[in-house]
Amino acid sequence: MHAQRVAAIVLRQFYLIRGSPARVLPLFAWVTIDMVLWGFITKYLNAVTLSGFNFVPLLLGAVLLWDFFIRVMQGVTMAFFEDVWSRNFLNLFATPLSIAEYLSGLVLSSIATSAVALAVMLVVATAAFGLSFFVYGLMLVPFLLVLFLFGIALGIVGSAVVLRLGPAAEWFIWPIPALISPFAVVFYPLSTLPRWMQYVARLLPPSYVFESMRAVIAGGAVSGRGLAVGGGLDVLCILLACWFFTRIYWHAVRTGLIARYSAESLS
Amino acid sequence: MSTVLSVTGLRKEYGNLVAVDGISFSVGRNEIVGLLGPNGAGKTTTINMILGVLQPSAGTIHVDAIDLATRRSRALAHTNFAAVYAPLPGNLTVYQNLRVFALLYGVKNLAERLELLLGQFALEPFRHVKCGVLSSGEQTRVGLAKAMLNAPRLLLLDEPTASLDPAAARDVRTRIRHFAARDGGGVLWTSHNMYEVEEVCDRVLFLSRGKILLAGDPKTLPREHGKQTLEELFITVAREPLALEGA
Repeated sequence: MHAQRVAAIVLRQFYLIRGSPARVLPLFAWVTIDMVLWGFITKYLNAVTLSGFNFVPLLLGAVLLWDFFIRVMQGVTMAFFEDVWSRNFLNLFATPLSIAEYLSGLVLSSIATSAVALAVMLVVATAAFGLSFFVYGLMLVPFLLVLFLFGIALGIVGSAVVLRLGPAAEWFIWPIPALISPFAVVFYPLSTLPRWMQYVARLLPPSYVFESMRAVIAGGAVSGRGLAVGGGLDVLCILLACWFFTRIYWHAVRTGLIARYSAESLS
Repeated sequence: MSTVLSVTGLRKEYGNLVAVDGISFSVGRNEIVGLLGPNGAGKTTTINMILGVLQPSAGTIHVDAIDLATRRSRALAHTNFAAVYAPLPGNLTVYQNLRVFALLYGVKNLAERLELLLGQFALEPFRHVKCGVLSSGEQTRVGLAKAMLNAPRLLLLDEPTASLDPAAARDVRTRIRHFAARDGGGVLWTSHNMYEVEEVCDRVLFLSRGKILLAGDPKTLPREHGKQTLEELFITVAREPLALEGA
Protein backbone atom coordinates (compact mmCIF):
# COMPACT_ATOMS: atom_id res chain seq x y z
CA MET A 1 0.00 0.00 0.00
CA HIS A 2 1.55 3.30 -1.13
CA ALA A 3 0.33 6.34 0.79
CA GLN A 4 1.19 8.60 -2.15
CA ARG A 5 -1.22 6.79 -4.46
CA VAL A 6 -3.99 6.87 -1.83
CA ALA A 7 -3.30 10.60 -1.43
CA ALA A 8 -3.72 11.05 -5.19
CA ILE A 9 -7.30 9.72 -5.03
CA VAL A 10 -8.11 12.01 -2.08
CA LEU A 11 -6.43 14.99 -3.75
CA ARG A 12 -8.54 14.50 -6.88
CA GLN A 13 -11.71 14.64 -4.74
CA PHE A 14 -10.41 17.70 -2.90
CA TYR A 15 -9.77 19.52 -6.19
CA LEU A 16 -13.23 18.60 -7.46
CA ILE A 17 -15.04 19.74 -4.32
CA ARG A 18 -12.98 22.91 -3.86
CA GLY A 19 -13.72 24.12 -7.33
CA SER A 20 -17.43 23.35 -7.43
CA PRO A 21 -20.28 24.89 -5.39
CA ALA A 22 -22.50 22.14 -6.83
CA ARG A 23 -20.40 19.63 -4.89
CA VAL A 24 -19.94 21.74 -1.74
CA LEU A 25 -23.64 22.50 -1.20
CA PRO A 26 -24.85 18.86 -0.95
CA LEU A 27 -22.26 18.22 1.77
CA PHE A 28 -24.43 20.11 4.24
CA ALA A 29 -27.64 21.28 2.53
CA TRP A 30 -29.69 18.05 2.72
CA VAL A 31 -28.64 17.17 6.24
CA THR A 32 -29.50 20.72 7.37
CA ILE A 33 -32.95 20.41 5.81
CA ASP A 34 -33.43 17.03 7.52
CA MET A 35 -32.38 18.46 10.87
CA VAL A 36 -34.74 21.41 10.56
CA LEU A 37 -37.69 19.29 9.38
CA TRP A 38 -37.29 16.61 12.06
CA GLY A 39 -36.45 19.23 14.66
CA PHE A 40 -39.87 20.83 14.20
CA ILE A 41 -41.61 17.45 14.08
CA THR A 42 -40.09 16.51 17.43
CA LYS A 43 -41.00 19.90 18.90
CA TYR A 44 -44.56 19.39 17.76
CA LEU A 45 -44.67 15.87 19.22
CA ASN A 46 -43.31 17.20 22.52
CA ALA A 47 -46.12 19.75 22.56
CA VAL A 48 -49.03 17.42 21.74
CA THR A 49 -48.18 14.29 23.71
CA LEU A 50 -48.30 15.99 27.13
CA SER A 51 -46.48 13.02 28.62
CA GLY A 52 -43.38 15.09 29.24
CA PHE A 53 -41.39 12.66 27.16
CA ASN A 54 -38.65 14.38 25.18
CA PHE A 55 -38.70 13.22 21.55
CA VAL A 56 -35.65 15.26 20.60
CA PRO A 57 -32.93 12.74 21.51
CA LEU A 58 -35.10 9.85 20.33
CA LEU A 59 -36.20 11.08 16.91
CA LEU A 60 -33.83 13.90 16.04
CA GLY A 61 -30.88 11.88 17.35
CA ALA A 62 -31.98 8.90 15.25
CA VAL A 63 -32.29 11.07 12.14
CA LEU A 64 -28.84 12.53 12.79
CA LEU A 65 -27.23 9.12 13.14
CA TRP A 66 -29.06 7.72 10.10
CA ASP A 67 -28.12 10.75 7.97
CA PHE A 68 -24.51 10.29 9.05
CA PHE A 69 -24.61 6.69 7.78
CA ILE A 70 -26.12 7.86 4.46
CA ARG A 71 -23.44 10.55 4.05
CA VAL A 72 -20.68 8.01 4.67
CA MET A 73 -22.10 5.65 2.07
CA GLN A 74 -22.63 8.43 -0.44
CA GLY A 75 -19.16 9.79 0.31
CA VAL A 76 -17.73 6.57 -1.12
CA THR A 77 -20.14 6.23 -4.05
CA MET A 78 -19.93 9.91 -5.05
CA ALA A 79 -16.13 9.76 -5.14
CA PHE A 80 -16.41 6.64 -7.31
CA PHE A 81 -19.04 8.23 -9.56
CA GLU A 82 -16.64 11.10 -10.28
CA ASP A 83 -14.43 8.58 -12.09
CA VAL A 84 -17.49 7.12 -13.84
CA TRP A 85 -18.71 10.50 -15.03
CA SER A 86 -15.31 11.64 -16.28
CA ARG A 87 -14.57 8.25 -17.93
CA ASN A 88 -11.36 8.04 -16.01
CA PHE A 89 -11.03 4.28 -15.50
CA LEU A 90 -8.61 3.64 -18.33
CA ASN A 91 -6.25 6.41 -17.17
CA LEU A 92 -6.61 5.40 -13.52
CA PHE A 93 -6.23 1.63 -13.73
CA ALA A 94 -3.35 1.79 -16.21
CA THR A 95 -1.28 3.35 -13.38
CA PRO A 96 0.41 1.34 -10.58
CA LEU A 97 -2.67 2.00 -8.40
CA SER A 98 -3.96 -1.14 -6.65
CA ILE A 99 -7.59 -1.86 -5.77
CA ALA A 100 -6.80 -1.57 -2.05
CA GLU A 101 -5.23 1.87 -2.63
CA TYR A 102 -8.15 3.02 -4.75
CA LEU A 103 -10.74 1.90 -2.17
CA SER A 104 -8.69 3.44 0.64
CA GLY A 105 -8.70 6.73 -1.24
CA LEU A 106 -12.48 6.59 -1.62
CA VAL A 107 -12.89 5.80 2.10
CA LEU A 108 -10.63 8.69 3.17
CA SER A 109 -12.57 11.04 0.89
CA SER A 110 -15.77 9.84 2.52
CA ILE A 111 -14.38 10.43 6.01
CA ALA A 112 -13.70 14.05 5.08
CA THR A 113 -17.09 14.72 3.47
CA SER A 114 -19.14 12.87 6.11
CA ALA A 115 -17.26 14.71 8.90
CA VAL A 116 -18.46 18.00 7.40
CA ALA A 117 -22.04 16.71 7.33
CA LEU A 118 -21.79 15.43 10.91
CA ALA A 119 -20.42 18.74 12.18
CA VAL A 120 -23.21 20.70 10.49
CA MET A 121 -25.88 18.35 11.87
CA LEU A 122 -24.45 18.58 15.39
CA VAL A 123 -24.45 22.38 15.27
CA VAL A 124 -28.02 22.67 13.90
CA ALA A 125 -29.49 19.98 16.18
CA THR A 126 -27.81 21.42 19.26
CA ALA A 127 -28.22 25.12 18.59
CA ALA A 128 -31.72 25.12 17.11
CA PHE A 129 -33.42 22.21 18.87
CA GLY A 130 -31.48 21.65 22.07
CA LEU A 131 -30.29 18.14 21.24
CA SER A 132 -27.69 17.35 23.88
CA PHE A 133 -25.20 14.65 23.09
CA PHE A 134 -24.48 14.22 26.78
CA VAL A 135 -27.66 12.11 26.72
CA TYR A 136 -25.79 9.44 24.78
CA GLY A 137 -22.56 9.91 26.68
CA LEU A 138 -19.53 8.04 25.44
CA MET A 139 -21.78 5.56 23.66
CA LEU A 140 -21.96 8.08 20.82
CA VAL A 141 -18.48 6.94 19.73
CA PRO A 142 -19.36 3.26 19.10
CA PHE A 143 -22.71 4.34 17.60
CA LEU A 144 -20.92 6.49 15.02
CA LEU A 145 -18.22 3.88 14.42
CA VAL A 146 -20.69 1.05 13.70
CA LEU A 147 -22.69 3.25 11.33
CA PHE A 148 -19.53 4.55 9.67
CA LEU A 149 -18.21 1.07 8.93
CA PHE A 150 -21.56 -0.09 7.56
CA GLY A 151 -21.74 3.04 5.36
CA ILE A 152 -18.28 2.25 3.98
CA ALA A 153 -19.27 -1.36 3.25
CA LEU A 154 -22.46 -0.36 1.42
CA GLY A 155 -20.61 2.39 -0.47
CA ILE A 156 -18.09 -0.16 -1.77
CA VAL A 157 -20.88 -2.58 -2.75
CA GLY A 158 -22.74 0.23 -4.54
CA SER A 159 -19.58 1.18 -6.43
CA ALA A 160 -19.05 -2.44 -7.46
CA VAL A 161 -22.62 -2.69 -8.75
CA VAL A 162 -22.12 0.41 -10.92
CA LEU A 163 -18.76 -0.88 -12.13
CA ARG A 164 -20.44 -4.12 -13.20
CA LEU A 165 -23.68 -2.74 -14.68
CA GLY A 166 -22.53 0.58 -16.10
CA PRO A 167 -23.15 4.27 -15.36
CA ALA A 168 -26.95 4.01 -15.59
CA ALA A 169 -26.96 1.63 -12.60
CA GLU A 170 -26.23 4.51 -10.24
CA TRP A 171 -29.99 4.82 -9.84
CA PHE A 172 -29.93 1.47 -8.04
CA ILE A 173 -27.60 2.97 -5.47
CA TRP A 174 -29.39 6.12 -4.30
CA PRO A 175 -32.45 4.30 -2.80
CA ILE A 176 -30.41 1.69 -0.86
CA PRO A 177 -30.62 3.57 2.51
CA ALA A 178 -34.39 3.99 2.11
CA LEU A 179 -34.74 0.28 1.31
CA ILE A 180 -32.90 -0.86 4.41
CA SER A 181 -34.24 1.79 6.81
CA PRO A 182 -37.39 -0.22 7.81
CA PHE A 183 -35.11 -3.11 8.84
CA ALA A 184 -32.56 -0.85 10.54
CA VAL A 185 -35.15 0.06 13.25
CA VAL A 186 -34.20 3.73 13.09
CA PHE A 187 -37.43 5.05 14.61
CA TYR A 188 -39.02 2.09 16.43
CA PRO A 189 -37.93 -0.85 18.58
CA LEU A 190 -37.01 -4.16 17.01
CA SER A 191 -39.98 -5.79 18.74
CA THR A 192 -42.33 -3.69 16.58
CA LEU A 193 -41.33 -5.65 13.49
CA PRO A 194 -42.88 -8.96 12.45
CA ARG A 195 -40.73 -11.98 13.18
CA TRP A 196 -39.23 -12.37 9.68
CA MET A 197 -38.24 -8.70 9.58
CA GLN A 198 -36.57 -9.06 12.97
CA TYR A 199 -34.35 -11.80 11.55
CA VAL A 200 -33.29 -9.49 8.73
CA ALA A 201 -32.79 -6.58 11.15
CA ARG A 202 -30.45 -8.66 13.32
CA LEU A 203 -28.16 -9.04 10.29
CA LEU A 204 -27.87 -5.26 9.90
CA PRO A 205 -25.34 -3.48 12.14
CA PRO A 206 -27.40 -0.24 12.40
CA SER A 207 -30.21 -2.08 14.19
CA TYR A 208 -27.86 -2.65 17.18
CA VAL A 209 -27.01 1.06 17.24
CA PHE A 210 -30.62 2.24 17.27
CA GLU A 211 -31.68 -0.35 19.83
CA SER A 212 -28.80 0.77 22.06
CA MET A 213 -29.63 4.42 21.50
CA ARG A 214 -33.19 3.89 22.71
CA ALA A 215 -31.90 1.93 25.71
CA VAL A 216 -29.62 4.83 26.68
CA ILE A 217 -32.44 7.36 26.41
CA ALA A 218 -34.75 5.14 28.46
CA GLY A 219 -32.08 5.05 31.14
CA GLY A 220 -31.51 1.34 30.73
CA ALA A 221 -28.29 -0.55 30.27
CA VAL A 222 -26.76 -0.69 26.82
CA SER A 223 -26.00 -4.12 25.53
CA GLY A 224 -22.27 -4.08 24.97
CA ARG A 225 -22.63 -7.49 23.41
CA GLY A 226 -25.18 -6.10 20.94
CA LEU A 227 -22.83 -3.34 19.83
CA ALA A 228 -19.97 -5.83 19.59
CA VAL A 229 -22.13 -8.00 17.33
CA GLY A 230 -22.90 -4.89 15.25
CA GLY A 231 -19.18 -4.14 14.98
CA GLY A 232 -18.42 -7.75 14.09
CA LEU A 233 -21.08 -7.69 11.38
CA ASP A 234 -19.51 -4.45 10.10
CA VAL A 235 -16.11 -6.07 9.75
CA LEU A 236 -17.70 -9.00 7.92
CA CYS A 237 -19.64 -6.61 5.64
CA ILE A 238 -16.48 -4.66 4.79
CA LEU A 239 -14.52 -7.81 4.00
CA LEU A 240 -17.36 -9.10 1.80
CA ALA A 241 -17.71 -5.68 0.11
CA CYS A 242 -13.98 -5.53 -0.71
CA TRP A 243 -14.07 -9.12 -2.01
CA PHE A 244 -17.13 -8.28 -4.13
CA PHE A 245 -15.53 -5.12 -5.57
CA THR A 246 -12.29 -6.98 -6.35
CA ARG A 247 -14.20 -9.76 -8.14
CA ILE A 248 -16.18 -7.24 -10.18
CA TYR A 249 -12.99 -5.33 -11.03
CA TRP A 250 -11.21 -8.45 -12.31
CA HIS A 251 -14.32 -9.43 -14.25
CA ALA A 252 -14.13 -6.00 -15.91
CA VAL A 253 -10.42 -6.50 -16.64
CA ARG A 254 -11.08 -9.98 -18.06
CA THR A 255 -13.92 -8.84 -20.33
CA GLY A 256 -12.38 -5.53 -21.34
CA LEU A 257 -15.12 -3.46 -19.68
CA ILE A 258 -12.58 -1.24 -17.88
CA ALA A 259 -11.21 -0.06 -21.22
CA ARG A 260 -14.64 0.37 -22.82
CA TYR A 261 -16.71 1.34 -19.81
CA SER A 262 -19.06 3.70 -21.62
CA ALA A 263 -20.42 0.72 -23.57
CA GLU A 264 -21.91 -0.50 -20.21
CA SER A 265 -21.65 -4.14 -21.33
CA LEU A 266 -19.67 -5.99 -23.96
CA SER A 267 -22.35 -8.43 -24.99
CA MET B 1 19.95 -3.82 -27.37
CA SER B 2 18.21 -4.64 -24.07
CA THR B 3 14.46 -5.15 -24.08
CA VAL B 4 11.89 -2.93 -22.38
CA LEU B 5 8.87 -4.88 -23.58
CA SER B 6 8.70 -8.58 -24.23
CA VAL B 7 5.41 -10.09 -25.39
CA THR B 8 5.17 -13.85 -25.84
CA GLY B 9 2.26 -15.84 -27.25
CA LEU B 10 -0.24 -13.11 -26.40
CA ARG B 11 -3.82 -14.10 -27.11
CA LYS B 12 -7.22 -12.61 -26.36
CA GLU B 13 -10.50 -14.35 -27.04
CA TYR B 14 -14.02 -13.04 -26.54
CA GLY B 15 -16.09 -16.21 -26.76
CA ASN B 16 -15.50 -17.50 -30.27
CA LEU B 17 -13.91 -14.27 -31.46
CA VAL B 18 -10.12 -14.21 -31.41
CA ALA B 19 -9.06 -10.56 -31.17
CA VAL B 20 -5.33 -11.23 -30.72
CA ASP B 21 -3.98 -14.56 -31.86
CA GLY B 22 -0.79 -15.59 -30.08
CA ILE B 23 1.49 -12.72 -31.06
CA SER B 24 5.10 -12.38 -29.88
CA PHE B 25 7.29 -9.32 -30.22
CA SER B 26 9.63 -7.10 -28.28
CA VAL B 27 10.55 -3.43 -28.02
CA GLY B 28 14.15 -2.56 -27.27
CA ARG B 29 15.63 0.33 -25.35
CA ASN B 30 15.97 3.42 -27.58
CA GLU B 31 13.67 1.80 -30.12
CA ILE B 32 10.38 3.05 -31.61
CA VAL B 33 8.23 0.23 -32.90
CA GLY B 34 5.15 0.92 -35.00
CA LEU B 35 2.15 -1.32 -34.47
CA LEU B 36 0.18 -1.01 -37.70
CA GLY B 37 -2.93 -2.53 -39.09
CA PRO B 38 -6.46 -1.82 -40.25
CA ASN B 39 -9.26 -0.99 -37.83
CA GLY B 40 -10.15 -4.05 -35.78
CA ALA B 41 -6.78 -5.72 -36.37
CA GLY B 42 -6.12 -5.97 -32.61
CA LYS B 43 -3.80 -3.00 -32.00
CA THR B 44 -5.79 -1.37 -29.19
CA THR B 45 -6.56 -4.78 -27.65
CA THR B 46 -2.81 -5.46 -27.57
CA ILE B 47 -2.10 -2.06 -26.00
CA ASN B 48 -4.84 -2.55 -23.40
CA MET B 49 -3.31 -5.88 -22.40
CA ILE B 50 0.14 -4.29 -22.06
CA LEU B 51 -1.45 -1.56 -19.91
CA GLY B 52 -2.93 -4.18 -17.59
CA VAL B 53 -6.54 -3.09 -18.15
CA LEU B 54 -7.38 -6.18 -20.19
CA GLN B 55 -6.45 -9.68 -19.08
CA PRO B 56 -4.93 -11.87 -21.80
CA SER B 57 -6.45 -15.28 -22.45
CA ALA B 58 -2.91 -16.62 -22.84
CA GLY B 59 0.66 -15.40 -23.11
CA THR B 60 3.01 -13.29 -21.05
CA ILE B 61 3.99 -9.62 -20.94
CA HIS B 62 7.22 -8.42 -19.35
CA VAL B 63 7.96 -4.71 -18.94
CA ASP B 64 11.64 -4.12 -18.23
CA ALA B 65 11.86 -7.84 -17.29
CA ILE B 66 8.99 -7.46 -14.78
CA ASP B 67 6.08 -9.86 -15.26
CA LEU B 68 2.90 -7.81 -15.61
CA ALA B 69 0.67 -10.68 -14.46
CA THR B 70 2.40 -11.22 -11.13
CA ARG B 71 3.92 -7.79 -10.36
CA ARG B 72 1.37 -5.49 -11.92
CA SER B 73 2.04 -2.29 -9.93
CA ARG B 74 5.79 -2.57 -10.37
CA ALA B 75 5.51 -3.16 -14.12
CA LEU B 76 3.02 -0.31 -14.59
CA ALA B 77 5.27 2.08 -12.66
CA HIS B 78 7.68 1.75 -15.62
CA THR B 79 4.95 2.22 -18.23
CA ASN B 80 2.83 5.10 -19.42
CA PHE B 81 0.56 5.84 -22.34
CA ALA B 82 -1.31 8.45 -24.32
CA ALA B 83 -4.34 7.79 -26.48
CA VAL B 84 -6.89 10.04 -28.12
CA TYR B 85 -9.72 7.99 -26.63
CA ALA B 86 -8.44 8.44 -23.05
CA PRO B 87 -8.41 12.18 -22.33
CA LEU B 88 -7.67 13.30 -18.79
CA PRO B 89 -10.71 14.33 -16.70
CA GLY B 90 -12.11 17.54 -18.13
CA ASN B 91 -13.25 18.87 -14.74
CA LEU B 92 -9.71 19.32 -13.39
CA THR B 93 -7.15 21.86 -14.57
CA VAL B 94 -4.03 20.86 -16.46
CA TYR B 95 -1.88 21.30 -13.35
CA GLN B 96 -4.31 19.43 -11.08
CA ASN B 97 -4.53 16.48 -13.45
CA LEU B 98 -0.78 16.28 -13.86
CA ARG B 99 -0.26 16.49 -10.11
CA VAL B 100 -2.78 13.72 -9.38
CA PHE B 101 -1.22 11.40 -11.97
CA ALA B 102 2.30 12.29 -10.82
CA LEU B 103 1.32 11.04 -7.35
CA LEU B 104 -0.20 7.90 -8.83
CA TYR B 105 3.02 7.16 -10.71
CA GLY B 106 5.15 7.96 -7.66
CA VAL B 107 7.05 10.77 -9.39
CA LYS B 108 9.96 12.15 -7.36
CA ASN B 109 10.74 15.90 -7.26
CA LEU B 110 7.14 16.38 -8.28
CA ALA B 111 6.98 20.17 -8.51
CA GLU B 112 10.16 20.35 -10.55
CA ARG B 113 8.99 17.61 -12.92
CA LEU B 114 5.63 19.29 -13.46
CA GLU B 115 7.24 22.62 -14.31
CA LEU B 116 9.58 20.92 -16.77
CA LEU B 117 6.75 19.15 -18.58
CA LEU B 118 4.48 22.21 -18.61
CA GLY B 119 7.33 24.02 -20.34
CA GLN B 120 8.27 21.18 -22.71
CA PHE B 121 4.72 20.71 -23.99
CA ALA B 122 3.94 24.46 -24.14
CA LEU B 123 1.23 24.06 -21.51
CA GLU B 124 2.28 26.94 -19.27
CA PRO B 125 -0.54 29.25 -20.52
CA PHE B 126 -3.09 26.50 -19.74
CA ARG B 127 -1.79 25.59 -16.28
CA HIS B 128 -5.01 26.71 -14.54
CA VAL B 129 -7.39 25.90 -17.40
CA LYS B 130 -9.74 22.93 -17.06
CA CYS B 131 -8.80 20.18 -19.50
CA GLY B 132 -12.39 19.95 -20.75
CA VAL B 133 -12.23 23.39 -22.36
CA LEU B 134 -8.94 22.85 -24.19
CA SER B 135 -8.85 22.22 -27.93
CA SER B 136 -8.31 18.60 -28.97
CA GLY B 137 -4.70 19.43 -29.90
CA GLU B 138 -4.07 20.99 -26.49
CA GLN B 139 -5.67 17.99 -24.78
CA THR B 140 -3.36 15.72 -26.76
CA ARG B 141 -0.37 17.69 -25.45
CA VAL B 142 -1.66 17.33 -21.87
CA GLY B 143 -2.04 13.59 -22.44
CA LEU B 144 1.53 13.41 -23.73
CA ALA B 145 2.80 15.39 -20.75
CA LYS B 146 0.99 12.90 -18.48
CA ALA B 147 2.60 10.06 -20.41
CA MET B 148 6.05 11.51 -19.71
CA LEU B 149 5.47 12.14 -15.98
CA ASN B 150 7.30 9.05 -14.75
CA ALA B 151 9.94 9.08 -17.52
CA PRO B 152 8.65 5.62 -18.48
CA ARG B 153 10.84 2.80 -19.75
CA LEU B 154 7.95 1.80 -22.00
CA LEU B 155 5.76 4.40 -23.67
CA LEU B 156 2.59 3.32 -25.46
CA LEU B 157 1.18 5.83 -27.92
CA ASP B 158 -2.12 5.07 -29.63
CA GLU B 159 -2.43 7.52 -32.55
CA PRO B 160 -0.79 10.32 -30.56
CA THR B 161 -0.85 12.88 -33.36
CA ALA B 162 -4.36 12.15 -34.66
CA SER B 163 -5.79 15.52 -33.65
CA LEU B 164 -2.72 17.71 -34.06
CA ASP B 165 -1.97 20.18 -36.82
CA PRO B 166 1.08 19.30 -38.97
CA ALA B 167 3.43 21.63 -37.08
CA ALA B 168 2.35 20.34 -33.66
CA ALA B 169 2.50 16.75 -34.93
CA ARG B 170 6.07 17.25 -36.11
CA ASP B 171 6.97 18.73 -32.76
CA VAL B 172 5.53 15.70 -30.98
CA ARG B 173 7.40 13.31 -33.28
CA THR B 174 10.65 15.14 -32.54
CA ARG B 175 9.98 14.98 -28.83
CA ILE B 176 9.22 11.27 -28.88
CA ARG B 177 12.35 10.57 -30.95
CA HIS B 178 14.41 12.51 -28.41
CA PHE B 179 12.74 10.59 -25.59
CA ALA B 180 13.72 7.25 -27.15
CA ALA B 181 17.23 8.37 -28.05
CA ARG B 182 18.15 10.32 -24.95
CA ASP B 183 16.12 8.86 -22.07
CA GLY B 184 16.60 5.23 -23.08
CA GLY B 185 12.89 4.45 -23.30
CA GLY B 186 11.21 2.16 -25.77
CA VAL B 187 8.08 3.25 -27.63
CA LEU B 188 5.21 1.25 -29.10
CA TRP B 189 3.41 3.55 -31.52
CA THR B 190 0.19 3.01 -33.44
CA SER B 191 -0.74 5.32 -36.26
CA HIS B 192 -2.64 5.36 -39.53
CA ASN B 193 -0.31 8.04 -40.88
CA MET B 194 2.25 6.02 -42.86
CA TYR B 195 4.38 9.09 -43.58
CA GLU B 196 4.71 9.59 -39.84
CA VAL B 197 5.46 5.91 -39.21
CA GLU B 198 8.18 5.89 -41.83
CA GLU B 199 9.72 9.00 -40.33
CA VAL B 200 9.61 7.93 -36.70
CA CYS B 201 9.67 4.14 -36.36
CA ASP B 202 12.79 1.98 -36.34
CA ARG B 203 10.71 -1.11 -36.95
CA VAL B 204 7.08 -1.87 -37.76
CA LEU B 205 4.77 -4.78 -37.07
CA PHE B 206 1.80 -5.24 -39.38
CA LEU B 207 -1.14 -6.71 -37.53
CA SER B 208 -4.09 -8.27 -39.31
CA ARG B 209 -6.91 -10.31 -37.78
CA GLY B 210 -4.98 -10.53 -34.53
CA LYS B 211 -1.77 -11.89 -36.05
CA ILE B 212 1.54 -10.27 -36.91
CA LEU B 213 1.66 -10.55 -40.68
CA LEU B 214 4.85 -8.65 -41.43
CA ALA B 215 7.69 -7.11 -39.48
CA GLY B 216 10.68 -5.06 -40.51
CA ASP B 217 12.22 -1.71 -41.29
CA PRO B 218 9.52 0.69 -42.55
CA LYS B 219 11.95 2.11 -45.11
CA THR B 220 12.75 -1.21 -46.78
CA LEU B 221 9.69 -3.36 -46.00
CA PRO B 222 7.49 -2.07 -48.88
CA ARG B 223 10.08 -2.96 -51.55
CA GLU B 224 10.67 -6.36 -50.00
CA HIS B 225 7.00 -7.05 -50.75
CA GLY B 226 6.85 -5.44 -54.16
CA LYS B 227 5.23 -2.19 -53.05
CA GLN B 228 6.35 1.37 -53.58
CA THR B 229 5.28 2.88 -50.30
CA LEU B 230 4.34 1.87 -46.78
CA GLU B 231 0.82 3.13 -47.45
CA GLU B 232 0.50 0.77 -50.40
CA LEU B 233 1.68 -2.09 -48.22
CA PHE B 234 -0.80 -1.07 -45.51
CA ILE B 235 -3.66 -1.15 -48.02
CA THR B 236 -2.61 -4.62 -49.16
CA VAL B 237 -2.53 -5.81 -45.56
CA ALA B 238 -5.99 -4.35 -44.99
CA ARG B 239 -7.56 -5.72 -48.20
CA GLU B 240 -5.66 -8.87 -49.06
CA PRO B 241 -3.96 -10.14 -45.91
CA LEU B 242 -3.94 -13.70 -47.26
CA ALA B 243 -1.67 -12.58 -50.12
CA LEU B 244 0.98 -11.68 -47.55
CA GLU B 245 0.48 -14.49 -45.07
CA GLY B 246 3.60 -16.55 -44.75
CA ALA B 247 5.64 -13.85 -46.51
